Formats: sequence, structure tokens, C-alpha cells
Amino acid sequence: MSGPSTYAPKSALGQWFESRLPIGGLIHSSFVAYPTPRNLNYLWAFGAILSFMLIAQILTGIILAMHYVPNETMAFGSVEHIMRDVNYGWLMRYLHSNGASMFFLAVYVHMLRGLYYGSFMAPREVLWILGVIIYLLMVATAFLGYVLPWGSMSFAGATVITNLFTAIPLVGTTIAHWLWGGYAVGDPTLNRFFSLHYLLPFMIVGVVILHVWALHVVGQNNPDGVEVVDVEKDTVPFTPYATFKDFFAVSVFFILYAWFVFFIPNYLLDADNSVMANPLVTPAHIVPEWYLLPFYAMLRAIPNKLMGVIALFGAIAILAFIPWLNWSQVKSAKYRPTFRFFFWVFVAVGIGLGYLGSQEPTDTTNWIARALMFYYFAFFIVIMPWLGLVEKTKPLPKTIADAVLAKNAALTKAGVAA
Amino acid sequence: MGVRLSSAVTVDPNRRDMLFILTGAVAAVGAGSLVWPLVDQMNPDASTLALSSTEVDLSAIAEGQIITVKWRGGPVFVRHRTKKEIDEAANVNLADLKDPQADKDRVQKPEWLICSGVCTHLGCVPLGHEGEFGGWKCPCHGSVYDTSGRIRQGPAPLNLPVMAYTFLTDTKVKIG
Repeated sequence: MSGPSTYAPKSALGQWFESRLPIGGLIHSSFVAYPTPRNLNYLWAFGAILSFMLIAQILTGIILAMHYVPNETMAFGSVEHIMRDVNYGWLMRYLHSNGASMFFLAVYVHMLRGLYYGSFMAPREVLWILGVIIYLLMVATAFLGYVLPWGSMSFAGATVITNLFTAIPLVGTTIAHWLWGGYAVGDPTLNRFFSLHYLLPFMIVGVVILHVWALHVVGQNNPDGVEVVDVEKDTVPFTPYATFKDFFAVSVFFILYAWFVFFIPNYLLDADNSVMANPLVTPAHIVPEWYLLPFYAMLRAIPNKLMGVIALFGAIAILAFIPWLNWSQVKSAKYRPTFRFFFWVFVAVGIGLGYLGSQEPTDTTNWIARALMFYYFAFFIVIMPWLGLVEKTKPLPKTIADAVLAKNAALTKAGVAA
Repeated sequence: MGVRLSSAVTVDPNRRDMLFILTGAVAAVGAGSLVWPLVDQMNPDASTLALSSTEVDLSAIAEGQIITVKWRGGPVFVRHRTKKEIDEAANVNLADLKDPQADKDRVQKPEWLICSGVCTHLGCVPLGHEGEFGGWKCPCHGSVYDTSGRIRQGPAPLNLPVMAYTFLTDTKVKIG
């Protein structure tokens, strides 16, 4: 996919600059001339959607940081100040809080796309692992950010998650005190969480750059899971095809985003977070934000404190091993009917765990959560390797061009018949 | 491969050009409406605007006394002038002033001088009852103001600015 650049600046100034810092050539080869498989569907637009959401979060976040005060006595009030006094402060706040939810919605679609079409398989293992690292940083950033408004749920969330470290034998409590800067979540904790919340998104930007770089070296996967053979026949230049397709997808996504921000901005916010934090009282019903609910369900399902924590981190860590847990030679689930079935069960399991995470735990729900958790881990550790060995897959097309032509032939036949 | 964005020889703009221009126009309006809130949020917010006027009780200020009041984040001098100070301010040849302005144009009631306390040179707060003219002297670079707050000596270019104020009663004034 990468070769000598075909970019030749026309002006003398352009040539002068290009010979000193070839940014023009880099942008041209990465986003203009870059060969993009011609059979990509709209699920491939989520990379662009995620980039826009990252920029939106950073922009609104920096603006919010101009008005927010990370001090225990003033944090909650400063958020109200933003909502009521600052020009368009309500808009900045709602864009940022709903933006986080939209960011996670997009990232889950993006990850599930990767699982479905085998985008994690060779030679894209490092690309996938970089993605897992980005996801981990996103979860950390979201957790830190949720603490900042200093509502009841913010405080409860901070307490629960930092208390996870006390599960570590011997050094756990010392680590927790070190994190808190005290003996419980308090003002020092809030201040350092603000600093880290400002830092982590820029680390995400760094890893995203590596992620896109890794992608461009090996080239994109595609819905048929067949690698590019002939650049002329199988691909189109990124600009204008993918550029405009991405713009369109981003616009539709932003309509959904705007729907939340302008009509139901508090739908995803927990009511308890509109009450200021009180270290002496915990809300009756503690839940994290929706995108963390499946992992929360897993944590609660295990009765043992340390094992619950290990299960929680294990559920995310296992994602990094998927390239080696999958033993199928066929990438795309389009040609793997059995895998497709187990995949959709996996999605249902994820949604089920999320639902259970939002409910009060009872004996019954705990057993169901354990069963769902078992499937979650079994999907990666048992089903993926086993299917790789025994699955009967559908015949693959020889090239991407063949796949596109076959699809068009089928559509034309249907058109003619109709 | 590649795409022709419009026909090579165009006499009439075709439909594709129209679509591009319309999309571009909508995108420009969208971009503008996106950028404005991002910029406007840095403008003074409602709580700052609410502090944009201050009321001062004049009854406690003795004759000859100067008090400094905080208004819009900076100092305002409220000076209860003595007869001597009023006369000195009025009997001045305007040609001698760097920034000519008659005393009667700077006050509403002659015994009350209300002006900004920010030196017009580089922004320090001048010290009251200092300097040869009995007004103020700025410690930073030596600008001297008289009992009407006008610049007499030193590097400052302008008189201490007089802002809008209203006497609500004889003993209460609203600044700003």
C-alpha cells in the first residue's frame, strides 16, 4: 500500500517546503491517493466518526476547562455556573457529556465490525492491539471525567473503582491511599483526576496516530475478507470516494448526536448526579454510565472480591489476545455462517450483561449474569478456536473485484426480473 | 479511476455544480453556527455581567477623604473634595494640560470626583494625596494627577477616565 509518493507540488513555494518537510506528500498518500477497497460498507465509516468525536470531545473539554473549578467545594457549583451563566455553557456541557456516550456507541460498533469481519487477523494484529489500548484509555478517561461534576454518583463511582485496588493483597490499601491522596476520595483525588482527565485524551490522540499508521501499512480489511490483489481493479482512491462517504456518515451520526444534545440531553445522565456529593451518604442505586454496565455486571456477579476485579480487567484484557485465539483462515463472517450465529449471540450477551448491570443484584440475576459472563469468555477462549478447526465456510470470491461484480450481477438480475 | 468534478468545457452551470455550491453553502452556514458558540463562551458570562454596576454609599466618606471601590474587576476612586481642592481643579489654564478637559466636564456634583483608578500609562493604581497637585501620584513611573484626576506630569498620556455613574440619592451613587 505504501510506495514512493506520487505527490508533486506545482508551486515553487510548495516544492521548497516539500523538500524540507514532506507533509503534503504524507497527507496526499494517506488521505487522497490512498487505495481503498471498493467494497467497503458504511461500517467502515466509523473510524472517521470516531476521529470527529475525539476532536469534538477535546474541543468541548478544553472549553469546559476554562470555566470548571476542580475543588471539592466549588466543582459542583462551577458546573452549574457553566450551565447557567457561561454563554452557551449549557451547549458545551451537553455536547461533552452526550459526546462521551456517542463516542462509546461508535467505538462499540467499530470493535464489533472488527470482530465480525476478522479485521484483527494477520497482518492486522498490532492494529487490533493498538485499538484495545485506545479503548482502555477511553474507559479510563470516561471514568475520570465522570467524577469531575462531583455529584453523588460521581463520588460513588470514584469510591467503588478506586476501592478495586484494595483487592490486591498486601499492597492494595497502600496503593488506594496513594491514588486518593488521603484515606478516602476527597479534594486531592478530584484535583488529580482533573489533571489526568485533561492528559489522557492526548495520549489517545497519540495512539490513534499509531493506529492509523498501522492501518495504512497493511491496508484496510473489507467485508469479503479477501486481501487486495490488483490495486487498479480492487481499490479506488480515498479522495473523493471514501472522503465523501465518511462526511455523509459523520453527518448522519451527528444528527443522532444532535438529537440527544438538543432534545433529550439528560436521558443518559443519572438523576443522582444532580445532587452534590456527600461522603457520608451513598445513593441507594449505584450504576456507572451505560457503556460500562456490562463490565459492572461482571464485577458484581463474582462473590469473591479479588476474583471479581480479575474478571473485570480480564474481560478487557482478553480482547488483546483475540488475534491468536482465532484459528479460522477465513476472515469475514459473511462466509462463516456458524460463526455469524455465535457472534450475534455474543452481541445479545453483551446487551444482556449491560441490562443486568443497570438492575439491583438479586440471586437470580447474579446467576444469569454468571451464565452470560461464561459465554463472554467462552466466545473467545473456546468458540473462536474450535470454529476455526471445524467450521464449514462458504466459498470465498477470488478477488474484491469479483465480489463486487457478483453482487452487482445479482442486483441487476433482481432489477431485470422486477 | 478518478472523478471529473465538472465537465471540461462548461458554458451553463450544470446540476452537479449547483449541488456542490448548495452543499458548500449549507456547510459554511453549519460551520459558522458551530464556531460561534465556541468563541462566544469566552465572552463575559452572565455572572460577570451582573457585577457590571456597583452601588456606593457616600454618607460615610468624610470631606477630603478618598475611597477606592472595586468595579468590573478594577479600582474606582471616589473622592469627597474640599473647597480648596475644587477651586484648584477649576482654576487651571486648559492650555497647560496634556489632555485638556475642564473640571466641570468631569464631575456631576463638584464635591464628588468619581473616576477610574487605573493609571493611563501602564495600568498601576496611583496613590492618593500624593504629588505636587494634591491629587494622585503613580508609584510605577511617576505620573502625577491633580484633584480633578487630570494628568499633569509624567509619562501617562490621558486623564483618569470618568465612567458613567448616576446619583440614586444624595448619598448613594450607582457606578456603571
